[in-house]
Amino acid sequence: MAGAAQYSDERAREIIAAHMGLQGPAMPILHALQKEFGYVPDAAVKQMAEALNISRAEMHGVVTFYHDFHRAPHGRHTLKICRAESCQSMGAERQARAFLDKLKLDWGGTTPDGALTVEPVYCLGLCAHSPSALYDGEPIGCVDSEKLDEIAAEARD
Amino acid sequence: MAKVYIPLDMAAVAMGADKLAAAVTKEAAARGENIEIVRNGSRGMLWLEPLIEVETPAGRVGYGPAKVKDVASLFDAGFLAGGAHALNIGIVDEHPWMKKQNRVTFVRCGVIDPLSVAEYEAHDGFKGLKRAFEVGPAAVVEEVAKSGLRGRGGAGFPTGIKWKTVAECPPGEKYVVVNADEGDSGTFADRMIMEGDPLSLIEGMLICGYAVGASKGYVYLRSEYPIVAKVFQAAIETAQESGWLGKNIRGSGFDFDVELRIGAGAYVCGEETSLLESLEGKRGIVRAKPPLPAHVGLFGKPTVINNVLSMATIPMIMEKGAKHYADLGVGRSRGTMPLQIAGNVKYGGLFETDFGIPLGVVVNEIAGGTRSGRPVRAVQVGGPLGAYVPVSLFDLPIDYEAFAAKDSLIGHGGLVVFDDTVDMSWMARFGMEFCAIESCGKCTPCRLGSTRGVETIDKIRDGLNVDANIELLKDLCHTMRFGSLCALGGFAPYPVESALRHFPEDFRKPALEAAE
Repeated sequence: MAGAAQYSDERAREIIAAHMGLQGPAMPILHALQKEFGYVPDAAVKQMAEALNISRAEMHGVVTFYHDFHRAPHGRHTLKICRAESCQSMGAERQARAFLDKLKLDWGGTTPDGALTVEPVYCLGLCAHSPSALYDGEPIGCVDSEKLDEIAAEARD
Repeated sequence: MAKVYIPLDMAAVAMGADKLAAAVTKEAAARGENIEIVRNGSRGMLWLEPLIEVETPAGRVGYGPAKVKDVASLFDAGFLAGGAHALNIGIVDEHPWMKKQNRVTFVRCGVIDPLSVAEYEAHDGFKGLKRAFEVGPAAVVEEVAKSGLRGRGGAGFPTGIKWKTVAECPPGEKYVVVNADEGDSGTFADRMIMEGDPLSLIEGMLICGYAVGASKGYVYLRSEYPIVAKVFQAAIETAQESGWLGKNIRGSGFDFDVELRIGAGAYVCGEETSLLESLEGKRGIVRAKPPLPAHVGLFGKPTVINNVLSMATIPMIMEKGAKHYADLGVGRSRGTMPLQIAGNVKYGGLFETDFGIPLGVVVNEIAGGTRSGRPVRAVQVGGPLGAYVPVSLFDLPIDYEAFAAKDSLIGHGGLVVFDDTVDMSWMARFGMEFCAIESCGKCTPCRLGSTRGVETIDKIRDGLNVDANIELLKDLCHTMRFGSLCALGGFAPYPVESALRHFPEDFRKPALEAAE
């Protein structure tokens, strides 16, 4: 992800401490860690387990349950392409497959230059503008193959 | 000063609304025009997004779909005074799409500035809460029960019963939780109301908290809705600043606050008990019921958990009375249903109407048929766990019981239209694949059944022992339907079985070409 900070135990500790006043703070902490570092590093998971007084196995279970949390750094940019039914009704599956083949990637893969990670997403709520996608958090409706190529080129810059 | 509305709605932004707003601002400055841009919610005519509206003495005139390249010509045409232009759709409220609706839950959506407490109040906002304070908690619960409101999340459970159960629990810590994990494909009503009229959801939560004796509310929002997160957080802060959230709200002696929490991409967290686990910071594993969340919910405390639309409808019910709402609709499906028309359609969007409208009318007349121009073949109603309905059943009215009688469901009110190029055995396979990806893993029928389902459909598509494998698939669906712990595994067979029942020919093609 663009602009992610280098991991440091100290910074992770600060982020965890900042959320300890919440009831059930695990999800907000995980989101904050990922926002800061671009992923959820193992060292941070260990610290979280200690702070929340749960086992590391349990903490690991939480991190790995959710599709959004990555265990390793992603590409500098993330493109989420919807493959839910509404988008499929407008040919999204075929279009996404062709795009992935062109980049020689599978779902969840990152281009070798580390520029772009392409992930599946199951509905963005943009179903009247299928097919849809989310590029670094920016929604895009009526996506065609030209638009996908444009994004891939932009990510490389 | 001319007032110009450009939606902040995620669908409008996905079609360029932010760039459009910037271009309009710039062009106005260059021309010395004094304008005020209000970022409103969407009116729900999504094929017209981004829809610019301007206030004129005759009403609000719309222009859409407007692109950045149209901005100069809009100014040239005098759009600030409602001038003629190719994109002019006339008075928005008079548009046939709007005229045919009965907007109850969405009455303010797209009309007001979503972050203005003053505009919300000017459009009947907080009247429901004020009346709640007058009549007292017990009468509020009674009113909600009498309205016949049923949970709009999908299950259609009577909202009043949930509230009554929590209200009857001994006083102590209780919670109000709103399920904004709107993961069903083809649905976007929760998103639209949270972007277009977020204060109605906050007011609904306030009324609920007051009625059941809770002082804390959580909204669990899916992470796929980044714009909602921004707008709703701002709405919470606005409500806090104006004294509609916090301690001793407007001198009532009632304390209540709302906190927004973001999910992390797990579809199953739309299931209420899984959502509660996730809020508590655990894996989103479904809980066995009983105990019901109303007795043992969030952090083990009595909890009302309602869908966004159910909660956002409460203020209107309290304001106008239960009877007003209950008089709408048919049979046991009372009130209105915000239908979300999506997929391969000419006119997609949000269409709120009384229950009872036939499916075919929605698809052919309101949605205008397919965007591709090809014949409609199937409509998936109620999200990825909903059945595929063939054209032969188009006289089916939108009504919980009528759909249930045909082994279908209305769910959250999403309709996804497919044209005749759809391969139904592929869609059935996708249904099983989706269940396998999203299963929480707690119960065997869902966790293993979905993967076995994918494998079995692959064999059928490859032409291997087709008859025997179809029998096996039906048997597997039966097991999942009756043996799964929650609706994910329990309803995942709906799309598969309906595809088998209504489109058997798609499972018997020799050597099917992969649809991918």
